[in-house]
Amino acid sequence: MSTLAEFRNLQYKISERTILDEISLQVEEGETLVLLGRSGSGKTTLLKMVNRILTPTGGEVRFEGKAAHDWDPIQLRRRIGYVIQDAGLFPHYTVEQNVGLVPRLEKWEPARIQSRVGELLALVGLAPETYGVRYPRQLSGGEKQRVGIARALAADPPLLLLDEPFAALDPVTRFEMQQQFLKLRDSLNKTALFVTHDIREALLLGSRIALLKDGRLEVVAKASEFESASSPEARAFLSTLETHAAQ
Amino acid sequence: MLLSEILPALLEHLWLVGISVAAAIVISAPVAVLLTSRARLRRWTLGVVNVIQTIPSLALFGFLIPIPFIGGVGKRTTIIALILYALLPILRNAVVGIMGVDAGVRESALAMGMTHRQILLRVELPLAFPTILAGVRIATVATIGTATIAAAIGGGGLGTFVFRGIAMADSNVILAGAIPAALMAIAADEVLGWLERRICFWA
Repeated sequence: MSTLAEFRNLQYKISERTILDEISLQVEEGETLVLLGRSGSGKTTLLKMVNRILTPTGGEVRFEGKAAHDWDPIQLRRRIGYVIQDAGLFPHYTVEQNVGLVPRLEKWEPARIQSRVGELLALVGLAPETYGVRYPRQLSGGEKQRVGIARALAADPPLLLLDEPFAALDPVTRFEMQQQFLKLRDSLNKTALFVTHDIREALLLGSRIALLKDGRLEVVAKASEFESASSPEARAFLSTLETHAAQ
Repeated sequence: MLLSEILPALLEHLWLVGISVAAAIVISAPVAVLLTSRARLRRWTLGVVNVIQTIPSLALFGFLIPIPFIGGVGKRTTIIALILYALLPILRNAVVGIMGVDAGVRESALAMGMTHRQILLRVELPLAFPTILAGVRIATVATIGTATIAAAIGGGGLGTFVFRGIAMADSNVILAGAIPAALMAIAADEVLGWLERRICFWA
């Protein structure tokens, strides 16, 4: 396996406050690396360093063997899919236009865009002829998130960044979306960096889990080995599972 | 009062309002875009524009008359005063509209690899457009009213009848100016309101 993205001794400070410190982590091709942590642990901040929405104050991020700051930010971002909690769809664009956004920016032929959009909508379980012409306000939360994922996949980027994509969904829809994500990941063999605060989601979706606490990496382990992690923060997260089982 | 006298005054009135609102839009657009990213400048500029708004219109016309180049008696002074009044609703709504675009939408646009220019033209401005148009609507209706006072400094328009009627103590003459101005304001409000609903198709 080769390394697709890498954090090297990364540090991020806002004035004197340290948000992230001494982060060294590699994202291997084909894996889903989950960034797990409480609110304010720095996981979303770390994610935004990859596509240069934020710039680290120390250390570096590398993508495809090249430092992120050596990339043209526009080119870098078009090679990285991005999915956020409320999907961030453009309300004035139809579903088709939303999904076709990056291909349009990349100046694909209209016919190629259209067939790609149809293919992607079908892939995320939305009938293209029914949903293509709708506006985001006409969609449910789960449908919006499906469109968000289709949009992120549009230009076939090697890496996906997902920032708590399913956190705002009801439990049943969330479960369906998690299953859909697993199916997609296995069929497309995508690399993903997935931020969540939900230990169940981390164990279900992650091939590896990186646990953050107060801006530092506390545990990095395979999902199958995470349950035996001994750090207090890992135990704190795992204890929420035990409480659930006890009930 | 003859229709042949009212009609030219009405057209002149419409022209005064049209020119002034159009100029206020042209001035506000780039300024609004500039202000959205500069908090200090935004506070100061909106503050100044706000103060202008509080000056009574007759007083503002009075202040402008002695100023060289832009002042004097006549249409030029009138239009400048009307532009100054139209600035606040248009500028403030444009700033509020652009800044009110959902943070998630803006962040997605950036993360999709859109340039700042593309984000402004394809995302922020279209999404702010209903708010911007609402500002234009307020400014237009208010300017139609203010423009009647312009006749006091020789600006022409429907206000000519109002002032003549006051001088003659003839309420029919006053109404010959006031009624068309009121109807024009109502019509402008309706048309711009319809446009606003048409354009906001996605919400």
